[in-house]
Amino acid sequence: MELQAVLMAAGGGSRMMDLTYNTPKPLLPVGNRPLIWYPLNLLERVGFEEVIVITTKEVQKALSTDQRLKTDVKMRLDVVCIQEETDMGTADALRHIQQKIKTDILVVSCDLITDVALHEVVDLFRAHNATLSMLMSKVHEFTETVPGQKGKKKAGEQRDFVGMDVTGKRLLFMANEADLEEGLVLRKSIMHKHPRMLIKTGLLDAHLYCLKRSVVDFLVHNKSVTSIRGELVPYLVRKQFSKSLNSKNRMFGVHNKCTSKDEALLQLARERSCWNDHRGDMSEAYHGGKLRCYVHIMEEGMCYRVNMLAAYIEANRVVPKLFEDPPIHPTAVVSERSLVGSDSIIGPFCQISGKTSIKRSNVGTSSTIKEKVKITNSIIMNGVTIEEGCNIQGSVICNNAVIGRGADMKYCLVGSGQRIEPEGENDVVQRSAGYTTRTKTHTLQFCSSAVFVLNPAFCVCVCVHSHAHVCLFVCVILCVYVRFNVLIAY
Amino acid sequence: MADSDGRQVDSINHSTGKICKELTKEEKQRLRKEKKQHKKNKKDDRGPPEKEKEKEKASVLAPSKPATQSPAHKAAPVPVNASASESPVAAEKPAKSKAEQRAERRARQDTERASKQGKKEGGQQSASSKPKATPNELQPVVKRLPEHIQVDDPAALKKLAKKLERQQVRQINIVPLRSDYGYKVSLFSHLHQYSRKNPPTQQISIPATVIHPSIVRLGLQYSQGIIAGSNARSVALLHAFKQVIQDYSTPPNEELSRDLVNKLSPYISFLSQCRPLSASMGNAIKHIKKEISNIPSQCKEEEAKRRLQECIDSYINEKIILASEAISKYAIEKISDGDVILVYGCSSLVNHILCEAFEKQRKFRVIVVDSRPRLEGREALRRLVKKGIRCTYVLISALSYILPEVSKVFLGAHALLANGYVMSRVGTSQIALVAKAYNVPVLVCCETYKFCERVQTDSFVSNELDDPDDLIVTRNGKTHLENWQTVKSLGLLNLVYDVTPPDFVDLVITDLGMIPCTSVPVVLRVKNVDQ
Repeated sequence: MELQAVLMAAGGGSRMMDLTYNTPKPLLPVGNRPLIWYPLNLLERVGFEEVIVITTKEVQKALSTDQRLKTDVKMRLDVVCIQEETDMGTADALRHIQQKIKTDILVVSCDLITDVALHEVVDLFRAHNATLSMLMSKVHEFTETVPGQKGKKKAGEQRDFVGMDVTGKRLLFMANEADLEEGLVLRKSIMHKHPRMLIKTGLLDAHLYCLKRSVVDFLVHNKSVTSIRGELVPYLVRKQFSKSLNSKNRMFGVHNKCTSKDEALLQLARERSCWNDHRGDMSEAYHGGKLRCYVHIMEEGMCYRVNMLAAYIEANRVVPKLFEDPPIHPTAVVSERSLVGSDSIIGPFCQISGKTSIKRSNVGTSSTIKEKVKITNSIIMNGVTIEEGCNIQGSVICNNAVIGRGADMKYCLVGSGQRIEPEGENDVVQRSAGYTTRTKTHTLQFCSSAVFVLNPAFCVCVCVHSHAHVCLFVCVILCVYVRFNVLIAY
Repeated sequence: MADSDGRQVDSINHSTGKICKELTKEEKQRLRKEKKQHKKNKKDDRGPPEKEKEKEKASVLAPSKPATQSPAHKAAPVPVNASASESPVAAEKPAKSKAEQRAERRARQDTERASKQGKKEGGQQSASSKPKATPNELQPVVKRLPEHIQVDDPAALKKLAKKLERQQVRQINIVPLRSDYGYKVSLFSHLHQYSRKNPPTQQISIPATVIHPSIVRLGLQYSQGIIAGSNARSVALLHAFKQVIQDYSTPPNEELSRDLVNKLSPYISFLSQCRPLSASMGNAIKHIKKEISNIPSQCKEEEAKRRLQECIDSYINEKIILASEAISKYAIEKISDGDVILVYGCSSLVNHILCEAFEKQRKFRVIVVDSRPRLEGREALRRLVKKGIRCTYVLISALSYILPEVSKVFLGAHALLANGYVMSRVGTSQIALVAKAYNVPVLVCCETYKFCERVQTDSFVSNELDDPDDLIVTRNGKTHLENWQTVKSLGLLNLVYDVTPPDFVDLVITDLGMIPCTSVPVVLRVKNVDQ
């Protein structure tokens, strides 16, 4: 067998606590399917027949009971449970299942939604006999307003610096901004071997890795490595150019099943071949190095990592368009006098009463929506009850919440199982775990609408705008500036 | 093609009277049928004695598969068999009658088969039977044109699709058909032209289960050019076969000797979809298949696998490693002090020779000639300079400028054809031509396992088209040919091989010695007789 797939579904979703404090992240509904369905679907489409899923007990239960997961996924799922309390990193998880791993592995994270042609990543792994092959894509700017966000985007988000060679495939350098103190430090040996390096910062790591079997053995010996992304990948990238010829380095290059005779044959074939991956210096292909890391960068296509609220909302917008499922599930009961827009989806067993208007929204399983409700741009999860006369705009309502009569919500986030009192005037209300915060709304609202209007053509402006502190004065100036720009363009 | 050649070899065994190791079931059935026919057509015995010799010749040709007939390939068997038939005829006079009877039986069977075929493809038969009238009217020689040079013939494409379909496992097509890319120049529209941007692995499932993973890896490395060069490709192929044999387990009720060959066929189809097979690879595959089918049925699986692995190792050792040692020994005799040697592109064998000569303290300098788009000469230059040899580097356009300085030309070969033509990287024939004009001796170095029974006199009939996008170059950020496909009158042609006539080649250095170019068929005959 060539590759074994490992799906990491034990993560807590620590950056989306509002959504995940009650529901585990792999089961969050995106486009009315649990999040874990998407990577499973990707693996199934390319031809995997078996996946090792590392997850918690709750998710394991759901995997065996959830309708969508049971019927749609035809692969054999080998579920490995780990305790939630043990703070296991991804590398620890690999160490945990070391016995099951018999060949090279493909590690996927449960929050990856993508339509990448997976053979591009795996071809790099195969053709160059690489130790690591990963997938990255261009960062998308999120355009939707995120409820609860005070206008300052990505306060804690750190950039990744990725260095590649001229071809754009070989990975030479990888560091996170957090690990760099003052500046980027590049080793001279790398510059000697690859004098031209492209460094990119606007890339999103998709957390999809092809790893050689020997890397898992390495992890078993080195118990200090806990996270694949945080520690293992930068270590491997650095180790490519390490001069030390100790056994650790040699371990990575050796094929498990290869005897010395076969190695000699491969060596002979490489010697006789007139190919070199670089030119200009006197060294052979790959500079004689045994450890190689490759990256495939997706230029076009969809790639989302649903680990933040903004990404979650964006994914919910984009994903329904991909599938040919009917927007309104056949088991949903939709009254004739209601208006369901073409870009909305209604999940199974829903009940939509008359005179409701649903636009650009996702309504989850078993939700009940009473009369005269207006829902725009929102995400309603499973089991939600919305009483009459509500007006919900740009909000996210989690599982089993109840929205009382006549509530008017704009850009709100309602946590799981919460109740909103009837006749509530809520501009920006964040309700989670039983407490409410109210923030000043006026400036935020104005800015949000500005974003909405300007966004399609002027992303740069949006960036500048969102990093700066929100200020009415600035907004006005910016609007004028942008309108000026519009005149020039036309 | 490989199969029909293999059968030819077997039939030569028959006609020389050597006892085959086993009479397969097919042989037994055929003998039974022949006996019945013999009883029916006793009166035809009078005809054959006159055409004895021709029957001998024809019997050699007969067992090849009677599929579509093509006049072009008839030429190939004829010179071989002309020489092959002399030895059997000379060898056994008493066995003539038996051989003659067998021959005529086969002739009759072939005519029947051919007539059946003729009902399906009447026109083709009449056309091809005319040139075949000279050796024997009853023996329509049937040699199939390989698929990879019949791309513009829809019937051939359909056949290939069917063949790939037949190689199904559990109703899944193992080998996906790779589609051609871009506009092909009309003179070469019968060849495949693939793009590197559409890899052959697009339709193969990611954990490659149906095709062995090392074969998928090999195919990728071929199509991306990571393993290039005749020797490298053969060695890598044999290495991959070793892995396949290692992981192979005989299914119940099957014999290893037959099942393993069937297992290898879709792999070989896949590899030829990635990149057309080279002559050296073809010979290696033939050898392996013969070895596999020669495994006795009572042999245990472990023993059989071990034997095959050893056989592959010894093949590589003899035909590639030791052969290059032998060739360097001969070639070094031809290099004298003060020589200026011209080499073209990157031939592993020529590089090896020059490095050995340098180690043996010969004083010479090298001129490396290179050409676009592959620019393989740079790699040759790197290897020679690393060794310490003094080198000059020119592009092929400067050839006539540099030739007055040159004392010898060493060329590598991709294959040596049966009529003495040398098939090598495109540009080689140009070098040989200009060298001839300047009276510079041209020496071709080639191992015997690259000798091919094909005959070609031009570079059009059978060649390889590489990715046309390789010809596009970006300078100063501008790529003028970026949208070459939109210009209707423009076609990009990236040829890989060309053939050099034997008049331009002065000497061929092989592991059997230094021979003139026209002695290649003799070597082929000697090889066949050995087998």
